[in-house]
Amino acid sequence: MTVDSSAARKPRRSAAGKAGTTGSSAGTTGTKRTTRTTKKSTDPELVQLLTPEGKRVKNAEYDGYVAGITPDDLRALYRDMVLTRRFDAEATALQRQGELGLWASLLGQEAAQIGSGRALRDDDYVFPTYREHGVAWCRGVDPTNLLGMFRGVNNGGWDPNSNNFHLYTIVIGSQTLHATGYAMGVTKDGADSAVIAYFGDGASSQGDVAEAFTFSAVYNAPVVFFCQNNQWAISEPTEKQSRVPLYQRAQGFGFPGVRVDGNDVLACLAVTKWALERARNGEGPTLVEAYTYRMGAHTTSDDPTRYRGDEERLAWEAKDPILRLRRFLEASNHADDGFFAELETESEALGRRVREAVRAMPDPDHFAIFENVYADGHALVDEERAQFAAYQASFADAEAEGV
Amino acid sequence: MAAETKTMALAKAINESLRRALETDPKVLVMGEDVGKLGGVFRVTDGLQKDFGESRVIDTPLAESGIVGTAIGLALRGYRPVVEIQFDGFVFPAYDQIVTQLAKMHARALGKVKMPVVIRIPYGGGIGAVEHHSESPEALFAHVSGLKVVSPSNASDAYWMMQQAIQSDDPVIYFEPKRRYWDKGEVSTDAIPGPLHKARVVREGTDLTLAAYGPMVKLCQEVADAAAEEGKSLEVLDLRSVSPLDFDSIQASVEKTRRLVVVHEAPVFFGSGAEIAARITERCFYHLEAPVLRVGGYHAPYPPARLEEEYLPGLDRVLDAVDRALAY
Repeated sequence: MTVDSSAARKPRRSAAGKAGTTGSSAGTTGTKRTTRTTKKSTDPELVQLLTPEGKRVKNAEYDGYVAGITPDDLRALYRDMVLTRRFDAEATALQRQGELGLWASLLGQEAAQIGSGRALRDDDYVFPTYREHGVAWCRGVDPTNLLGMFRGVNNGGWDPNSNNFHLYTIVIGSQTLHATGYAMGVTKDGADSAVIAYFGDGASSQGDVAEAFTFSAVYNAPVVFFCQNNQWAISEPTEKQSRVPLYQRAQGFGFPGVRVDGNDVLACLAVTKWALERARNGEGPTLVEAYTYRMGAHTTSDDPTRYRGDEERLAWEAKDPILRLRRFLEASNHADDGFFAELETESEALGRRVREAVRAMPDPDHFAIFENVYADGHALVDEERAQFAAYQASFADAEAEGV
Repeated sequence: MAAETKTMALAKAINESLRRALETDPKVLVMGEDVGKLGGVFRVTDGLQKDFGESRVIDTPLAESGIVGTAIGLALRGYRPVVEIQFDGFVFPAYDQIVTQLAKMHARALGKVKMPVVIRIPYGGGIGAVEHHSESPEALFAHVSGLKVVSPSNASDAYWMMQQAIQSDDPVIYFEPKRRYWDKGEVSTDAIPGPLHKARVVREGTDLTLAAYGPMVKLCQEVADAAAEEGKSLEVLDLRSVSPLDFDSIQASVEKTRRLVVVHEAPVFFGSGAEIAARITERCFYHLEAPVLRVGGYHAPYPPARLEEEYLPGLDRVLDAVDRALAY
């Protein structure tokens, strides 16, 4: 890794203000820091509330944001992650069976997505990439809605305002500007909603992301930039994107950045709540870097064996987000065998429902090509639709004539 | 607003139109580089921030993609942003947001989202500017479905087409003929002159049709005057809209005059004239006495100011094309 190893030991937050939270001085984020100085920079300092072994560790800054969490809440987070993973696995299988043209798996990123997704209020607004299936789940978007574009029957198609969950954006980083503009609108409306923009380590190199940072900072927009650093932008590791840890980018723009263990659902929940609270309090944008790992391929078209080794994946599997919460639930006696068995049944039912829904998804009508190109219509579209209709009708005529 | 007719410059007409939109619809925003205190480099937004405040007339960071990208987000929140790109040649950092997001959002959402965003772009040459300040990139936008592209040629159209563009639920690229900013004309504030995307015959004639939009309409009228002295009767059509193009009006004119010359500042190659020539040839094949001819810029970078007179269509080059068309 080309990053200066000292970079990872710098304070996790920029010097920008972090008013409104307790224990805000940098460097007081728990006892683990002192034990980590000898670690290599690829194992960075990060906010962690739950170790890979499922042990709860105290964190003066962020414990308050999960203080009221109940065993029911913990089981709900676990259920969200398990069902999201099951849905994701089903979609991958459906691609392999030829039912989907493509799938972008979130395997390994469940904690980052569920933790941040469950931190949101209903009136908050989400701007996802194309991999936020877990966040969509949290927003109540029917998972089968996500599959239309991957099956090729539409390019998204859900109503973003039904669940305050914007359409999947495929061009990398574009949505961070939409989120910023939306957040500027929230401020103009005098609302206390917040906006969250998802993007990845690769997107951090995009000019649009830098411009979103600039605009949100200048206008003090209530937006949380939630970067899932899953270590790989298709085949390129994060050090091909940045010379500094990504969360440090925020400093130059004048707002705080923090790195959180992206495989720790509790930490993701707490840190996102903190960032959303800043937004609601008029303190402007925050960058959250969720340090995680894309356990699968970039998409079903990708072949990660060409650029990374099994040992890396195995190391991350030991930090699996679902496994660690299960260990915690079991050790705390918050969940019994009945819970896990019931969830298994629910999982399979979800997989079945998704499978059946996808297979039943009809191809769109041919004339859908011309629909919704414009809201107010366009003469050329009308003309070409008519030409297309005449052309289609010519086949019917030919059939009628027995040609 | 009391109905009245005033004489004003084209730039002032846009200013008055923006003012009216800001007054009548609290969701309308004006945003761009230097649009606030300065009033824009051409003063088109002069005085608007003073009267409507920084929250509605927004000086943005100097980043065109950011301007359009945040305008998209504001539109998603229910606002109707009118953004200014300072000069034609500076639009390209925003081209990605315009093409991949703004133009396609309505279709991507299967109609559940609308994108009422107006992008104002001062365009065209003839003002002796440095590089990137004189270009005519309208074809690059007309080629993209989901966008509408218009260009007024006079103060009245500038006023009303801006009203209509802001009311449109589709994104509209509004090309302002910067060399005509100071041309004065009558503007009546109580009567919409006609639909946004309809062409207008600005001079009737019988021998040949000149079709143009934006800055070239005035030139074509001058050409028609000159031709009249030689006994030639030219019809001048102000297309007003590049996407959609009003082919019905062009067809009607060509069926009468049987000859068509299209004039634009943009390069001829793959320009809007090429599309007009192809479709009018298809529609009017048996009416045409001559091939559709085009006069425009060359397939070369917009030249330094001391050469622009040679690059831009001028009176003589258009007359030459008229002569060639009439010689068939």
